[in-house]
Amino acid sequence: MKKLLLGDEAIALGAINAGLSGVYAYPGTPSTEITEFIQNHPLARERNLHSRWCTNEKTAMEAALGMSYAGKRALVCMKHVGMNVCADAFVNSAITGVKGGLIVLAADDPSMHSSQNEQDSRFYAKFALVPCLEPSNQQEAYDMMAFGFDLSERLGEPIVLRVVTRLAHSRAAVEVTEPMAEKLLSPSTDQWVLLPGIARKKYVALLEKQDAMKQASEQSPYNCLTSYAKADAEPKRGILACGIAYNYVREALGDEARLLKVSQYPLPEEKIKTLAAECDELMVIEDGQPVVEELVKALLGAGYPVKGRLTGDLPRTGELTPDNVAKALGRPTGAVFAPAKNMAPRPPQLCQGCGHRDVYTALNQVLADYPDHRVFGDIGCYTLGALPPFQSLSSCVDMGASITMAKGAADAGLFPAVAIIGDSTFTHSGMTGLLDAVNDKANITVVISDNLTTGMTGGQDSAGTNKFEAICLGLGVEPEHVRVVVPLPKNMPEITRVIREEIEYKGVSVIIPRRECIQTFARHARAKKQ
Amino acid sequence: MKKDIILCGVGGQGILSIATVIGEAATRAGLYLKQAEVHGMSQRGGDVQSNLRLSTEPIWSDLIAEAGADLIISMEPMEAMRYLAYLSKEGKIVTSSKPFVNIPNYPDEEALQKELDTLPSVKLDIETASKDCGNPRGANMVLLGMAAPYIGILSVEDLRQAIATVFARKGEQVVEANLKAFDAGVKAGA
Repeated sequence: MKKLLLGDEAIALGAINAGLSGVYAYPGTPSTEITEFIQNHPLARERNLHSRWCTNEKTAMEAALGMSYAGKRALVCMKHVGMNVCADAFVNSAITGVKGGLIVLAADDPSMHSSQNEQDSRFYAKFALVPCLEPSNQQEAYDMMAFGFDLSERLGEPIVLRVVTRLAHSRAAVEVTEPMAEKLLSPSTDQWVLLPGIARKKYVALLEKQDAMKQASEQSPYNCLTSYAKADAEPKRGILACGIAYNYVREALGDEARLLKVSQYPLPEEKIKTLAAECDELMVIEDGQPVVEELVKALLGAGYPVKGRLTGDLPRTGELTPDNVAKALGRPTGAVFAPAKNMAPRPPQLCQGCGHRDVYTALNQVLADYPDHRVFGDIGCYTLGALPPFQSLSSCVDMGASITMAKGAADAGLFPAVAIIGDSTFTHSGMTGLLDAVNDKANITVVISDNLTTGMTGGQDSAGTNKFEAICLGLGVEPEHVRVVVPLPKNMPEITRVIREEIEYKGVSVIIPRRECIQTFARHARAKKQ
Repeated sequence: MKKDIILCGVGGQGILSIATVIGEAATRAGLYLKQAEVHGMSQRGGDVQSNLRLSTEPIWSDLIAEAGADLIISMEPMEAMRYLAYLSKEGKIVTSSKPFVNIPNYPDEEALQKELDTLPSVKLDIETASKDCGNPRGANMVLLGMAAPYIGILSVEDLRQAIATVFARKGEQVVEANLKAFDAGVKAGA
């Protein structure tokens, strides 16, 4: 049966039908829809598959590893920067190895459509010495779930499945298979205690598996070498296309190419050498960073011409497009209309009526009296407070950095140092930083702008809802300096007074403006009406 | 035969509903389809677009190449022109004529309309049209109706059936209201 599915949905359904027992994830564009699809799928509900959101990617990765330890198939999903958050658990899961199949889904975001960087998760797979799958289309994304779980169990290692935004958020028809049964509970009897004596042995065992991983790549149905017999094309150019790059190459050249499609890593070195021997030069076309280009250069030696992003044949930054790939392949492009004259950028903005707006209005009003102030921002809808009309923020780096950066700046003598962080981001990675600040009696004012949801990714449950005062008190913030306000225009006098008082307090204070996200509020109202 | 369509507008205007209807119609008609969407941050009142590719042959790229689009369907006149580089010289723009102004530096409206008129375009105040046919929330279906003759690879009847399927779970009244808006669009575009 064929179904029209987003890449993310194909991954989700592929996982369910491959006998998944649990998905563990923190929302992050472009990966969010995977977990949401599983949460809403009838079979997943019937089987009571674990699909509740986790507090962050590290807790997700560890829980998934625990499920694998117990012998069942687990999926952990995140956006690329989530790999940084779970890196400790992820890298060490390659050392422990796995029992039930474990797939680590990383959704990369070249061109930074909704991200802070363009990091390429294939580096993580290589770093941890585990295989990586990179589907070129929605069908492969679906098929690679069962394939990946099998491979993971056969090798006893986690598998990274890397997608990019354009696959995650693109729809196509997918041939769907019958669901398999879940694995039975069968906990590992192996030692997963990574004390040095055991870890050393396990690391050697991981290294010994590298040949099997390479063999799997050489024989993989996803790494196909297509020879092209037309001998008169000079110079003989071979193309190595990774993941969705394959589509852009086929779009440009049809089947007129000496082409190696790579969708499974470690690289199929023998196939690359075969292609190189047939050709005079290779062009590496990959979305993200030039991971493969560097490896192929090293493999073929300095004398063999290898082109790609590093040589400038393709742009060094940004995602691949049919246009930049066609250009790199020397294909003519069509005549285009001149750009419109009456045009202005239309950046995203906070919704009309959003509580974050009232928070920034109040902050700006009070901080106008403190010319040396800085507001350290964090990751969420409220990052848009950096843009006009508010322009309140001086920084936004990674999940939780508002509190810790404010603390460091306050340590250096900056005053007032204000942190603004959302409720979900606070439980994701802000709590430990707040404990540091309390222990150091840092002179900072923390605003936890609580809209009762994970707003930017579309309104998922937030791990700390109804617990924030208790968390702050538990971490040692003094009760008289945990202040709750309701961010509405009519409350402006009270909010500004509270902010002013807490800035003047020499120590850690937390202000919690709390009002539900207007998007989820409207959704709940609609649901009630029906 | 193939049709490459760029659907665009401002986050929240309902372009993904149009995409869903065309996707449903294409699947029903047995066409190959790829549809790249924008999710996430840009949906907050920023510019949004979806690349929709329909074909009787397999499709490779999820994205439409520059000068490759047969059609730009836009919920907003300035947004229609944002993707001009993607429009084929033989292509067509079908757009709402009514600006959605949520930025301080929105261009001069008269100049904008004049520029739009120099391009191969059809425009209509779809919000008024949808109010006139008794479905104020059906502007996107009016627009789809206007675009229907240019989509070509799908018949008007294919699209009507798809509307019935897509909105079925919201009840017969919603289906009827959307079909009415769609029909008004077909009439206006003809």
